[in-house]
Order: sequence, then C-alpha cells, then structure tokens
Amino acid sequence: MSERALEVEGLVVTFPGETGRTPVVDHLDLVLDAGETLALVGESGCGKSMTALSLLRLVPKPGRIEEGRIRIEGQDVLSLPIADLRSLRGRRAAMIFQEPMTSLNPVHTVGAQVVEAIRLHERVSAGEARRRAGELFARVGIPDPGARLDAYPHQLSGGMKQRVMIAIALAAKPRLLIADEPTTALDVTIQAQILDLLRDLRRDSGMALLLITHDLGIVNEVADRVAVMYAGQLVEQGSREAVLGKPRHPYTQGLLRSIPARAARGARLTEIRGSVPSASAWPTGCRFHPRCPIAFEPCPRIDPGWTELGGGQRARCHAIAREFSA
Amino acid sequence: MLAYLVRRIAWGFATVLGVLLFLFLLFFMLATPDDIARRAVGEKAPQTVLDQWKANHGYDKPRMWNPESPADTMLFDHFRRMLTFDFGRSDADDTPISQRLRDGSGPSLAFTVPLFVLGLALGVGLSLFVAFFRDTYIDRATTVIAVLMMSVSTLLYIIGVQFLLGKLLRWFPISGFDPSPEVILRFLALPVIVGLLAGVGSDLRFYRTVFIEETSRDYVRTARAKGCGEGRIMTHHVLRNSLIPILTGVVMAIPFLFTGSLLLESFFGIPGLGAMTVDAINANDFSTLRVMVYIGSLLFIVGQIATDFSYTLADPRVRLG
Amino acid sequence: MESHVWVNCAVALLVLAALAAAWRLRRNVLWREAGRELWRRRPFALAIVGLYTLFALLDSVSWVDAAGAGVREPRSLLVRAFPADFQEASYSAPLADVEFYGGEPLTHPGAHWLGTDILGRDVFLQALRGARVALLVGGLTSLIAIPLALLFGVAAGYRGGWVDDVVVFVISILFAMPGLLLLIALIMALGRGPVQVCVALGVTGWVSFARLARGETLKLRELDYVQAARALGVSELRIVLRHVVPNLMHLVVITFVLTFSGLVLSEAVLSWLGLGIDGSWGQMIDQARDELSRDPIIWWNLTAASAALFGLILAVNLVGDAVRDVLDPRTLRERA
Repeated sequence: MSERALEVEGLVVTFPGETGRTPVVDHLDLVLDAGETLALVGESGCGKSMTALSLLRLVPKPGRIEEGRIRIEGQDVLSLPIADLRSLRGRRAAMIFQEPMTSLNPVHTVGAQVVEAIRLHERVSAGEARRRAGELFARVGIPDPGARLDAYPHQLSGGMKQRVMIAIALAAKPRLLIADEPTTALDVTIQAQILDLLRDLRRDSGMALLLITHDLGIVNEVADRVAVMYAGQLVEQGSREAVLGKPRHPYTQGLLRSIPARAARGARLTEIRGSVPSASAWPTGCRFHPRCPIAFEPCPRIDPGWTELGGGQRARCHAIAREFSA
Repeated sequence: MLAYLVRRIAWGFATVLGVLLFLFLLFFMLATPDDIARRAVGEKAPQTVLDQWKANHGYDKPRMWNPESPADTMLFDHFRRMLTFDFGRSDADDTPISQRLRDGSGPSLAFTVPLFVLGLALGVGLSLFVAFFRDTYIDRATTVIAVLMMSVSTLLYIIGVQFLLGKLLRWFPISGFDPSPEVILRFLALPVIVGLLAGVGSDLRFYRTVFIEETSRDYVRTARAKGCGEGRIMTHHVLRNSLIPILTGVVMAIPFLFTGSLLLESFFGIPGLGAMTVDAINANDFSTLRVMVYIGSLLFIVGQIATDFSYTLADPRVRLG
Repeated sequence: MESHVWVNCAVALLVLAALAAAWRLRRNVLWREAGRELWRRRPFALAIVGLYTLFALLDSVSWVDAAGAGVREPRSLLVRAFPADFQEASYSAPLADVEFYGGEPLTHPGAHWLGTDILGRDVFLQALRGARVALLVGGLTSLIAIPLALLFGVAAGYRGGWVDDVVVFVISILFAMPGLLLLIALIMALGRGPVQVCVALGVTGWVSFARLARGETLKLRELDYVQAARALGVSELRIVLRHVVPNLMHLVVITFVLTFSGLVLSEAVLSWLGLGIDGSWGQMIDQARDELSRDPIIWWNLTAASAALFGLILAVNLVGDAVRDVLDPRTLRERA
C-alpha cells in the first residue's frame, strides 16, 4: 500500500492583522491518495490559495504557518531543513499558479526555464536536458516544440504559457501536482484544453492532483473527490458524485444553486445572501450562520464538528448533525 | 530597427541644438558681452578697453541678427564652432581650449574610470548581498549605515579622508598627481576612496529597492516552487531582471567620466577637466565653462542613445522599430 | 522698504500659508492619518527638523534698533538672544577666556560654547544661523519650483500635442546638461546673489519632477472617473484642478522632502566654489578648510558647521523615507 500523496493535519496559517495574528486557514485537514484528484473549492478569500502555498512552504511574508503537519509521500514538510525542502520542491511535489503571464521569468527563454527545472534535480548535461525539455513541450501539447524552446514568454499566448508552466512542473516527475486556479486567467476554450491536458497527464503518470478552484464546472470535469472551503475551514467533503449530486451543507447547496446554467431561463438567479466575511471578522460559532437559510439556535454559538454521512462524505453543520442523530 | 536608430539620433541632435541655444541665451543674452568683458578685464575698465577685448574674442559682432550679412552673427558663430568642435580660446588666459581639453582628459579618465567600475561593483554587489538578507538585522543595519553615509556632504568626506589618511596616518599623499605607472595608484587612492564613500550610500539604497521589488514578483515564486535556492534566485533571476534600471543609472554616470569630479580633482590636485572647470569658475572664464557644459551634454545624449540600444540586449520584451 | 522688512513680511506670509495648508489638510482623512502615522514612525527626526525650522524662523525676523540705541544693522530675534557686543576680535577656542593667538582677554570669557572664528564671531551662533540659509535653499527653492514643475508637467501630460512636445523638448535639454555644471553656469550668468542661487537650484532640481508629473498625468488622464467627468462636460480646467492635481499631491510631498537634502548639499558645494549664499554652513566649511592645516589646529568652526549640516540632512532623510512609505499609493489605498 503506497504512502498517501498528501496528508494535512490541523493546518493553521496566520497573517498579522489589527488585533494580532489572524488565521486565514483554521485547523484544516486534508487527505489525498496517490493518483487521485481532489478539488478544493471555495470563493475568493476563503484561504484555499494559502493552503496550497503552505504545502511547499511558499507562504509569503508576513504570513506564517503557525501549526499543523503536512506530509507529502510520508515526508514531513514543515520540519525539513532548507536544502531538503528545495529538493522536495519540484521533485516530490510541484505547483502551477494562476497567472501564467507573470509567473514566467520574462528575460529567459521558456526552454531555459524548463531546463533549469530539470537540472535543479538531476545531474544531466545541458544537451540532454534540452532534449527532455523538447519532449515535455510535446507532451503538454505545444506545437513545434523544438523551435518553441527558444521563445520568450511574451511571445506566447496565455494558453501556451500555462502549458509551459505545466511542463516546468512535470520536469522532475513529481508525484503530486498542486494546481492553484490554473485556468482562471484563461479564455474558456483554452480552459477546456488545459483541463483535458491535466486529465491525460494524470492518467498517464498516476500523479495525484490537488486542484484549487472556484469554478464548479471544472470540478465536475476533473475531480474524483471534492472538499468545500469556507472562511478558513472545510465545510463539506466527499466524492464528486456525492458532493455535486447530493450536496448536504447549506453553503455547498447555495453554490450549486447559484450556477446560472442550472437556472430556468428567465427565472431569477438564486444567490447566497450576504458576502464572504474577511478573516479578521469571522462570525462566531458556525461561520456561515449569518448567510445560512436554515440557521437555528446553536449555530451562532457553537462551531459545528464533522458529521459522517456515509460513503466518505462528511459535512459540518448543526442541522445535518441533528438530522443524522435523530 | 534602423528607422528607430535614425529617429533617436535625430532627436539627440535636436536636443544638442537646443542645448547650444540655451547656452547662447544664457551666456550672451542674459549675461551680455559687456558683462563678460568687464569680468575679464576689470569692473572699472574704460569702454575702449572693453571694446578691444571684445574684438579680440569675437564678441563684438551683432548677437542674433545682422542686417548686412545674416550669417555674421555671434549666434551663428557659436553654433558653427561648437558643432565643429572649434572651441577657440579661453576668456581668462587666452589658451586654446581644445588643447586644455586634451591635456585634461587623461588625468580625469585615470581617476574616474576606476572610480566608476569599483563604485558599480561595490554598489550592485553590496545591494545584492543585502537584498538576499532582507528583513534580517544585516539588512536593517546596512540600511541605517547607508542613510548615515548619504547624509554626509562630500566636502566632509574629502576633508576627513585627507586629514585622516593623508595627514595623520600618512598612508597616501594628500594631493598631487604623477602619471608614471609606479606611483599613479598612490595618488589616485584617496580621491577614489572618497568617491566610493560618498556614493555607496545612495547606490545601496537605490539598487536595494530595485532588487527587493523584483524578489516579490511572481516568477520568483515559480522559481522557488521549482526548487531554486535563494542564492541562485538573486543571481540568475533578480539580477538579470534588474539590468534595465542598473543600465539607466550607469548611463547617467557617463558624463562624469570625462568632466571629472570638480571637487575631487581640485581638492586632490589632479590636473583633469574638473580642476579645469573650477579654474574657469574662479577666473570667470565663460568660454571654457560653455565648452564643458556642451561636452557634458553631448556625452550624456550619446550615452542615452547607447543605453536605449542596450535595453534590447538586456530585456527581450523591448523590441525597437 | 528695506530688505529686512521684505523678508519679515515674506516669513510672516509663509508661516500663515503653512498654517492654512495644515488646517485644510487636517480635514482630509487620508492626510490626517498619514500625518499621524508619520509622527508615530519618526518622532525624533521630525522634532529635529522642527527645531531647525524654529531657529530658521527666529533668524528670519529682524529689525533695526532705534537710532542712537546702538547697532544700526537689522538684527534678528536669534541674534538678539545673544549679547550685543558678542563679537570678539579673532579666534578663540571653545569656552576659552582668552584669544587663541596672542592671549588677549575676551569680552565674554567662557561664553563662547564653540569658540569664535577668524572675525571673532561666535561659532555656535553662526551654526544656528545657518539653519535659515539651509531652509531657504531647501524650502523656498522648492516652493517656487514645484508650482512651475507641476504647471509644465501637468499641461504637457494632459494636453498632449504640441504643448507636450515643447515641454518634453525643454526638459530633455535641461536634463542633458550635467547638473552641477548647469548650476554653475546659471549662477555665473545670473549673478551670485541668494535669489539667483535659489532660482538656479530650482531650475536644476525640479526638472525630473516635471517629468514625473507629466507621466502621472498621462496615467490619470485615462482613468475612468476622469473620462466620465469629461463625458459629463466638466470643463478641462476643473478636471485638472479637482481630479489630476490632488492625485499628484502625495508625489509632491515625497519629492519635496527627498530633494530637500540634495538642494542643501548642493548649496554646500556651491559655497565651496564661491557661488553659494552668505552665512551658510557650506561657507563655514569652506572658510574652515585651511584652519585645519594650522598648528595647533583650529577645529571648532568646521566641526560646528559639519555637525549642523549632518544633523539636518540626516533628519530630513529619515523623515523623507518615512514620508515615502506613508504616502505610498499602495498603503494609501489599503488604509482608505
């Protein structure tokens, strides 16, 4: 039985705020098996990007990982010395980011940047690395890969740049790929292509994929399991069929109902009333309670725990807990 | 690319003409030839002596417009001579200015070029080092020291270093210049040291800001995610991307290579172009001063055009034409 | 009217204008917050700048004693704080009782904290008086030059077309000439008085700000609310005054503080070349230079001027950094 690709326990990430350090990720637990795709879903500001960054200890200052344990293929990330961390980054786990425009170094050729990713982890000659870079380019679907190696980022379209980013991420053959909103900045047609690419790559290599997104449509296309995040916490987890087909948490239900495609033509679009609270002003008790249509007595006071719903699905909600214990 | 080159040079030439016009207005309209003559000959000199002096120096023609022959004006002369590098004679002591330029260039370059190279290496190197250690006590201490050093006037550095290293410790001669290879370094040491001290504070702060801004960019985050070490990030990513602001700073310094440093040369007795300018000031020698400003401007404009082209080498996003 | 009366009036006007500006700004939340933040970060440096300003103001208000009462030149408040016959015959060491050369007893033995200079003037007083020149150079120059730089820069950026071409051309010309040389050329042509020095400094020091103002105006002109105002038919002048200029104010303040020290240091160099303003620290340093080579050394003149100069420049640099951080548009936006 192989090690889990990713295990996160009690992760707390804080930023300095008006009243001392404020958590933006609050005791988060996550699990990802080898070869699985887990989608981490939530709106902007819920802490999902910080979660992703903390997996490779890339949380920008003044943010800090206060507590928790992160294990990638059994290796404890948070206690690694810098040299080992550098070796883990790219080789065990790799990351691609939301903005392909600014995520590539503008003064180096894209080929050189892939070569760098290869040679940071393997002792190969420059020629061999270049050859491998060409192969990677072909694999991620870049046409005329040999010539493209010498292109500069500004000469490529957004979709091409993201493919380059994926090539860089795959260069050292990682077992875990963390994709932070990889298609948000791209056109819709390109989005579909990139998603197909990710799906194929995963299938061919058996790599685990943690996909951070706010787009439920993407989740449906690619994910095996889904975790829904709100205000620094997970509120629902489960298989894709379960969470998207039979959502239990009021927030998940609200998200799904508000997808315009699902609404009848001409009918009023459903929305979740209110807006996402900022990290310094999280409500007490269940953080969703001010916006929840079924909030009742314990919700403003007590933070709900997990209720297991069977089949691997769980949700944090007093109403569900009451329903399942009755 | 060629079209751009031509356009840039045309603009540069137009600017040079503008500079010459400005100098003419400043030195011949604002300060009239009579004023200049008076300062050269003496305040109380009779008009005939002034007129004679003016005739000798070609200042007796009509300034801008001569109804008899339109080209025979001081304006025309000024432009013609400056553009053909025919600099004439000094207002003060009648020596040919071109000759003095030639004589003075050597000593000036001997001292400004090492100063420039060392200053750049020191400035960039130290800043890279400090940016690597940003937000640590090394960074904070260096910033404090940089501000302190920037707040000291160059005059004080000169006096201090001359006194300390020259008079008290007697490591180097206080002033003087001897171009023979064995001893030249001893004479250049003090002015170069002072030049470095005076410049390192502001260089450090400028480059540090540039480097630190680059380190917060997205592509640096990607490099880290790839497994790049911080050291490699500074040298391979940050430095490479900072070349444009560095180049711009370098170009601004080029005119100084030739005009020399007025203070340093005259304090340390280096017979270069800077010292020549100081003499011109003291002697109210407008003609030499005009030439110095002109040369400095010319060098700057040429340097600017050169830098624009160097940008293409430094940053592939810059495509001229 | 005599010149010292003009100066008194000008100083009074300046103080009133500064108070009025401060009052106006206090009502704006952003500026009030910025001010408070600035005081929180650098109280000590601000206090020092305030101290220098106080001395400068004290030395700027002067009047002549009534006829027959004594000295007939106008003397400032600062000078009047010291005894009327405070000037000795020549050098004396700090806190000395006798002259440095010759040992003649002093008129005010032990009263000269930093000794006296070659003309017997009290060095401490001279150092204090230098504050006025420094603030004149740094402050007044900017006060004259900022409006001009704003005028040209904003006009060029906003109007575009030939106005822009002309302004850019003029700026390029001025910028192409090496700063110090241009300064020297201007002063030699204009004459060596304090007004001319300030004008020359103004011209050379503010060229880069005009360019900056132009660049920012170009950006501001394309902003949505400016376009909206134009679409609504608001007059161009009103747009400029109400939308463009206020958004440049933070840059004005930052540039003012940052160039202040550069101007004062430039004046010191000019003084050394004989082109500066009388009574400045630069002039004191220049005069003191050959005193160092005497034996025994006369060091107090140089030390006093250097310390005074360093103190102000350092304080202004520290304040300048803090101002830049506080008024950084990014932090301004976050705080709003």
